[in-house]
Amino acid sequence: MADTARDAPPEQTDFHELEDGEELFPEPATTQESQPASLAAEDISTNSNGPKQDSLFDDDPEDLFAEATEEVSLDSPERDVLLSDGPSPAITPITPPTSVITPRIGHTHDDMFTHSSFDEIEEEEGGDSFDIHISVSDPEKVGDGMNAYMAYKVTTKTSISLFKRNEFAVKRRFSDFLGLHSKLASKYLHIGYIVPPAPEKSIVGMTKVKVGKEDQSSNEFVEKRRSALERYLMRTVKHPILLKDPDVLQFLESSELPRAVSTQALSSAGLLRMVNKAADAVNKMTIKMNESDAWFEEKQQHFENLDVQLRKLHTSVESLVCHRKELSVNTAQFAKSAAMLGNSEDHTALSRALSQLAEVEEKIDQLHQDQANADFYLFSELLGDYVRLLTAVKGVFDHRMKTWQKWQDSQMLLQKKREAEAKLQFTNKPDKLQQAKDEIKEEIEELEGKVQQGERDFEQISKTIRKEVSRFEKERVKDFKTIIIKYLESLVQTQQQLIKYWEAFLPEAKAIS
Amino acid sequence: MMEEVKETASVLSVHDDSIKVTEVLKDGDTLTFIIVSQKLSGTGEYHVDRTYEDFEWLQQHLFSQGDVPGIQGVIFPPLPAKPQVNASPRSIKQLGFLALGECQPYCKALETFLQQVAAHSILSKNKAVEVFLTSSDPPGRQKVKKNIFNRLSQAVEEMRKEGHKDVDEFFQNERDHNLVLTGCTKTAAEKFLDVVATEQKIAVACGHFSTALHLCVEPGEDPDKQAFSRVCVKLSEVFESIKKNMTSVAENNVNTLGLGLDLESRYQEAEREMLFRRTCKLVELENAQRNVEKAKPVKKAAMEEVKKAAETEFEHTSGVAKQEVKSTINNCIPHFHVSFHSGLVC
Repeated sequence: MADTARDAPPEQTDFHELEDGEELFPEPATTQESQPASLAAEDISTNSNGPKQDSLFDDDPEDLFAEATEEVSLDSPERDVLLSDGPSPAITPITPPTSVITPRIGHTHDDMFTHSSFDEIEEEEGGDSFDIHISVSDPEKVGDGMNAYMAYKVTTKTSISLFKRNEFAVKRRFSDFLGLHSKLASKYLHIGYIVPPAPEKSIVGMTKVKVGKEDQSSNEFVEKRRSALERYLMRTVKHPILLKDPDVLQFLESSELPRAVSTQALSSAGLLRMVNKAADAVNKMTIKMNESDAWFEEKQQHFENLDVQLRKLHTSVESLVCHRKELSVNTAQFAKSAAMLGNSEDHTALSRALSQLAEVEEKIDQLHQDQANADFYLFSELLGDYVRLLTAVKGVFDHRMKTWQKWQDSQMLLQKKREAEAKLQFTNKPDKLQQAKDEIKEEIEELEGKVQQGERDFEQISKTIRKEVSRFEKERVKDFKTIIIKYLESLVQTQQQLIKYWEAFLPEAKAIS
Repeated sequence: MMEEVKETASVLSVHDDSIKVTEVLKDGDTLTFIIVSQKLSGTGEYHVDRTYEDFEWLQQHLFSQGDVPGIQGVIFPPLPAKPQVNASPRSIKQLGFLALGECQPYCKALETFLQQVAAHSILSKNKAVEVFLTSSDPPGRQKVKKNIFNRLSQAVEEMRKEGHKDVDEFFQNERDHNLVLTGCTKTAAEKFLDVVATEQKIAVACGHFSTALHLCVEPGEDPDKQAFSRVCVKLSEVFESIKKNMTSVAENNVNTLGLGLDLESRYQEAEREMLFRRTCKLVELENAQRNVEKAKPVKKAAMEEVKKAAETEFEHTSGVAKQEVKSTINNCIPHFHVSFHSGLVC
């Protein structure tokens, strides 16, 4: 799907706005030959840091699944350097992936990391490609009154071997999605993975649906939610680690899912969450982290800025969508009044022209409505998603701080215990001494273990965050690029359609007299 | 200081369709319009500057031609409402399309008014028109004494006489038709105004979006950042041009269909007023007839006189009115033709 979208812009040569389109996404001609119509992130940068980094990822699947102990040694120092310093001149431009293929033999799950650029290589190999497509459809209302809920059909089409079948569908409700998210968050957030946030609860919207109001706004609400759920699932499975999580697999595959009760807003779990959130907020203000790594500081700043910008964009797009909807409504009303005027006018040619005008305006109104929808679903939702994602990213950074805090705390405790031990050495109470000494020794050993663990945790989370952040950035650019292309195409189409309508009307107008 | 204008018939010395309102000068709160018209005889132009009060003066003079037979049957070309430099919301609503855009729609409306007056067979004969268009001094601002169009009384009587059945089928039809048409045109004009206003709002929103995108540009060496920045800049440019397009579309709409609808609606109002005046005359005539029948022989002769006068007046009015109505059809079509023809961008 992404590929076909990519092909369209270069063909639009008659619109000079899109002549820029060629420059928009500069693709060196060589790349196009070796990887036809691929949307890989590396195409954007002329200084392609991309593929090399992808190849680096390929070694990781092993690492990430062997838990804490091993990876410290497997991580080569240069890798971190590459991730943090940006493009380094030593990296050669896109190499045909032969160098990448070799480490991958026998790894059935590398494919997670292949973005579409490696698709054709995968097909040559005959291995699995990153091919999973989830769609959320058929919202249907189950039950009645205040206990009613919307059930959505979740269809997965995939060729990844992880799954038992190639195509399957299950029925899920909104609280199931929330349950999935909370499980993933509790497992992964604190070790540094950016877990995509689930769509928001909306009490007003849902109540309308429950009560059974069959009107435009509740239909829109359901559609909005459906598309949000689809995007949520796609983002979750795009994440290589999350895809393999058993909870995710269970969610996608099993027909019966235990009801996630703890997601209800007013339950005890809900209250607990609120208390935790408040506690976190307080903690955040009190932790003064001694930031040793400039990369993290820079990234945090970057995300703060990005957040502000995206929010601004989001508000602008919302107002644009609102105005366009208004335009469509007004055009419809004008069409009606023009039709009435046409009916009451005696002069036949004028009357006919007015009626035609009314018809044209009606069609245009429909067009505006569609354009407004495109604006909304493409842009506005994307921006909203990213604003929420950024909150998740910030959360990850906060977790890192907490880990650091824990580490420091255990270190301080260790320090205190050591001091206590030293004190004991100098007291002269022989009978208590040995017992106390032994106790303290035990405690010290325990604490030393904790300190080491804390340090390792901290290192681990830092490393994970780095990887996650760079993955996130890539995804972000890719996402925006795809959406923008789609959006521009829809704009062009609308304009072309408008021109067609008016050109059809022109002879009628000329005929008046 | 001009002497009082004599109510003698005269021939206009300029081409009626050459009259143009070329520009508007703003001086604090007053607006001055420059009017250019071509001389009928030979080459040469008249350049005069007039304020809105001068237009009103002209209108007053046209209204007060009491001795021209059948004057009440004339559909007076409508003068747009008074423009204000810092317009209040109510006056903006009143002006409708003419309040949008810089001054162009308004100037066009004034121009049309003058052209219609100059082209009118009866009205153009009024000396005031000649004075207005050719004299380099501003015409006097004195109030003209007799004004048969007292708006206040009209409003009150309107309710009573509006529904009065007509003796002539042609006019009855015309009245009904006009009623419907006026309503429709007004609604259409209002709705179109909404459309144009929304288009302008969209243009503004696009502008905001474009600026917001510009803010997303980040300096940096990181290729991802650069790519993102590039995309943002390009998209921002796209939206900037969308904004320009929308603005020009809205402008176009105002200048063509918007103006057309506005003129049309005001013209129909004027026609309605004319038909109403005629109806009033009819009522007068019928009253006079009843008086004659009821009158005692002493007064009968006097009543007869009154009735005869009413009759003649009514006939004249009807005659002129019929002509006017028939030529209206020819009047409004060119408007719409022009509007549609040149207004086809959306």
